[in-house]
Amino acid sequence: MATAPRFWRENPSRYNLVGVKCNSCGRHFFPPRTICPVCHRKSVGMMERVKLKGTGKIFSMTEVHEGLEELSMQRPYFLAMVELDEGVKVTAQVIDCEACDLEIGMPVRATMRKLSEEGPSGVIHYGYKFVPVNLKAKAEGPAH
Amino acid sequence: MKVGIVSYGAHIPRYRITPEEIGKVWGVDGKAMSKSLMINCKSVPGPDEDTITISVEAARNMMKRCDVSPKDIGALYVGSESHPYAVKPTGTIVAEAIEAAPHLMVADYEFACKAGTAAIQTCMGLVGSGMVKYGVAIGADTSQGAPGDALEFSASAGGGAFLIGSEKIIAIIDKTYSYTTDTPDFWRREGQMYPRHGGRFTGEPAYFKHVINGAKGLLDRTTTSAKDYTYATFHQPNGKFPTRVAKQLGFNDAQIKTGLLAPIIGNTYSGAVPLGLAAILDEAKAGDRIFAVAYGSGAGSDAFALTVTDAIESYQRSKAPTVKELNTNLKFLDYATYAKFRGKIMLGGE
Repeated sequence: MATAPRFWRENPSRYNLVGVKCNSCGRHFFPPRTICPVCHRKSVGMMERVKLKGTGKIFSMTEVHEGLEELSMQRPYFLAMVELDEGVKVTAQVIDCEACDLEIGMPVRATMRKLSEEGPSGVIHYGYKFVPVNLKAKAEGPAH
Repeated sequence: MKVGIVSYGAHIPRYRITPEEIGKVWGVDGKAMSKSLMINCKSVPGPDEDTITISVEAARNMMKRCDVSPKDIGALYVGSESHPYAVKPTGTIVAEAIEAAPHLMVADYEFACKAGTAAIQTCMGLVGSGMVKYGVAIGADTSQGAPGDALEFSASAGGGAFLIGSEKIIAIIDKTYSYTTDTPDFWRREGQMYPRHGGRFTGEPAYFKHVINGAKGLLDRTTTSAKDYTYATFHQPNGKFPTRVAKQLGFNDAQIKTGLLAPIIGNTYSGAVPLGLAAILDEAKAGDRIFAVAYGSGAGSDAFALTVTDAIESYQRSKAPTVKELNTNLKFLDYATYAKFRGKIMLGGE
């Protein structure tokens, strides 16, 4: 069964990191939720949708060799828990880098890439991934 | 009313492959091919990149450099010959990704390699007539060349985005002129994976005829000549064609150097002139004049004359990467990895 409607509902969060802010305690949450897990009833009607800046740093990371089928073209790939500037932790792929480039605490920014596709004739899903910021400029020599 | 570029952004994937590496597989002298095409390497999109992700990245870079609200964008057009969907507009996803949706006009354009500049012309008309405050024109491609075909040595990926408006203009578009004929030099039929071309027929009766007539038509209509321009950029299916056409039109190497990117990224199709223009705007100063001619097979050319304004001095170029910066952090691929990334390997079960 096609998952297009389910993904479509989440597009604002997947494309633009839209989360929520609890205006009772000031905490941010991602993905959006209707009740603050800290303030409970006090947060009713106080949860405001906000776009997160999309910048943060790597909190933890791993290199995946046996992972998702849809990422088989990218093996091995890097997954990280990214702590965004607003304090929210997001798990996502880190791209456009090599294993030796990555370290905990490294600044990253969100970008939009293809996440998966429902076969060659199905819907293509897009969403956030992270790229390192200020990666030292380098150009490896051509492969021969 | 003056209409022009209010902001711009670019994106080029980080992967590269050399003609030598491609030639090694197909029994072609890659070094000689590199020399004859004037292409040292070409960009390759990663497995998670396509025309939509390149357009989004370029458009977001464009928005970072200005303080225009995305809600003031009344139109968005994406020109490409590699839209990921045959039916489902690229522009809808780009508009959502830059938060310009839903109150705007959107459509995808296709005119081989000049669909992005056709989008600029449409936005000029909409802004000039007062129908919209700002329009976004994007040219982006992840072009394909059949394995072993001459096109495989040049077909690459990248794109540029332009915010067209009538306020806070960094480069006024003084005039545009197009030259169009029915010329079957390059085509791709519906449902076909790779394009076909007329070999040498893509040269004189196609590229050169249309670029020269487009350029001369604009020079005549602006009563200018090559020497009046600080920079010039031409469609670049390789490095050789734009260099030759520039010389024929009276432009010198210094004028075309900045916007000539084919030697380091290959032929980005609809992204070619938008990226050349972006590279020029990365370094242009107030008062500089820019001449640009895009070419699309089929065939036609779009020529533009621009003048950089004083607003460029306070324009926040550093808020997004320059074309030069997009050519760092490169990773060179071997042919096997390139073939995997470009879907040229048929996997079991497909």
